[in-house]
Amino acid sequence: MKALLDLYVQQFKTTLAAMFQYRASLLIWMIGHVLEPLVYLVVWSVVSNSAGGSVGDYTTREFAAYFILLMLVSGVTYTWIMYEFEYRVRQGSLSFALLKPVHPIHSDIADNVSSKLITLPFLLLIAAVLALIFHPTLSLTPWAIAVFIPALLLAFAVRFLLEWTLALAAFWTTRVSAINQTYFVLMLFLSGQIAPLTLLPRPIQVVADIMPFRWMIGFPVELLLGRLTPTEALMGLGAQAAWLVVGLVLLRVVWRAGLRVYSAVGA
Amino acid sequence: MTSPAIHIQDLHKTYVVSEQEASATAALKGLVHRRKQEVRAVDGISFDLAPGEIVGFLGPNGAGKTTTLKMLSGLLHPTSGEVTVLGHIPWKREKSFLRQITLVMGQRNQLVWDIPALHSFELNRVIYRIPPEDYHRMLGELTELLELGPLLHKPVRNLSLGERMKCEIAAALLHRPSVVFLDEPTIGLDVTMQRRIRAFITEYNRRFGATVLLTSHYMADVEALCRRVVVIHHGRLLFDGDLSLLVQKFTAHKTIVVQLEECEADLHSYGEVISCADGHFTIRVPKAETAHVTERLLADLPVIDLLVEDPPIEEVIERVFAQENP
Repeated sequence: MKALLDLYVQQFKTTLAAMFQYRASLLIWMIGHVLEPLVYLVVWSVVSNSAGGSVGDYTTREFAAYFILLMLVSGVTYTWIMYEFEYRVRQGSLSFALLKPVHPIHSDIADNVSSKLITLPFLLLIAAVLALIFHPTLSLTPWAIAVFIPALLLAFAVRFLLEWTLALAAFWTTRVSAINQTYFVLMLFLSGQIAPLTLLPRPIQVVADIMPFRWMIGFPVELLLGRLTPTEALMGLGAQAAWLVVGLVLLRVVWRAGLRVYSAVGA
Repeated sequence: MTSPAIHIQDLHKTYVVSEQEASATAALKGLVHRRKQEVRAVDGISFDLAPGEIVGFLGPNGAGKTTTLKMLSGLLHPTSGEVTVLGHIPWKREKSFLRQITLVMGQRNQLVWDIPALHSFELNRVIYRIPPEDYHRMLGELTELLELGPLLHKPVRNLSLGERMKCEIAAALLHRPSVVFLDEPTIGLDVTMQRRIRAFITEYNRRFGATVLLTSHYMADVEALCRRVVVIHHGRLLFDGDLSLLVQKFTAHKTIVVQLEECEADLHSYGEVISCADGHFTIRVPKAETAHVTERLLADLPVIDLLVEDPPIEEVIERVFAQENP
């Protein structure tokens, strides 16, 4: 345990050093990360204003709150492993990772958590600026805040496990970008990224409840906005926990199968 | 007798690759039914390495050297046969095994590209759980032996190829592995840097008694480091033994260098004249006839000096590799 902690601390230093090597690209990444929710926020504000100040059960200011929080939640939960893994397999850097006496996922978790810690202050700053511009309505309740924290952490854990597992597709195919594309389109609609899920048709909401995407992004946002009853919140945590277990099992199974392929066809 | 550090018995590795046709119709057919072909990268090799031995592992490109090294380091699962390294079965990738070995690939790098190598070293320190005292002592020794001092704080991408290779080697040895696999560690480096890395490998082996298996295309590496060589070709073992025996076994010729008083002599009747300059003639003769030809030369001509040599090791190796099916 102590050894793993040392690894995480050291990885934090490394990630920090690497990020500051590329301050410009960090800035570009931040802009990109803010731009997407900002676009949806502007679109929904315009739609809402022209529809008399609200769409469904969201007022213009509630849309503002929704998308600003969404930006924060997706900023905390996102991963880039799916883009990276294929490169690792092709370049052979995965071989070096496999020669180390530690599961390679630890370096990824540590790297991911580190870069989140580094970028979070900037994201909060941007959220504050956006709040000044769009005047969101947000009434926080203590219980919602209390449940939000575990919900956010679980959202991150689920998203990380599933995307790490999906990234392992690189063991079988060199065309992972098609898989990634499909994944991101599904995520866009079913996670609540493009619109709050309650505004979507009922069948899509049902699908969203079954699929993991809502539990990786939309759920913590809805929770903090105070749109869920305590029962719904608990059921949400339950869904997250279930997906966490599914993610762990999948990861284990797929990793082993992938390693078998990798060690059969060559590194 | 001590048990070997590395034991390989009848090792095989067969890859299945799907073929792709160049023509469009054939490619379409390929969508439905892939033609599979088996490639025997390693085809039944056996050899052992004693603890502390440095052995040169030779063969032309595609002979199966890297495949073998990957099976030895646990990256590849053998198709059949037996491999043990320090008593472990490599592909199980047990932590206690991984902590005792290292693999350096001259054409790949493990260092984090954008930041100084020292960061990667520190990462390896925690990954291998090297106690701080050991780490600092080892880092000191490696820094001294490889002259890393000024390099450690520069971003890896700003290092020259040779400088980067030195850092790669250091990163791979911080945990003081007792078995070291080196896959072309000097590739692309200039002669001075090659020599320095060679000297370092010798010193590492001497200091820590490590077992080293090394591939290289530079015969100077092999001559300087390895008394024993293992040669493979088309996945099969061609030779295993002393480097000097390799020369004896695979050369049917010797070269005779004769210095004459006059330059105009015609020596074609003695053997194949390879070159002549300033009265120095180099003739190649079948090994069995060496004594006889030498005798004749000395009797027939006004010889100032005469030297009988084995052909250079490069030439021997070239001849070994040129044999398609030995």
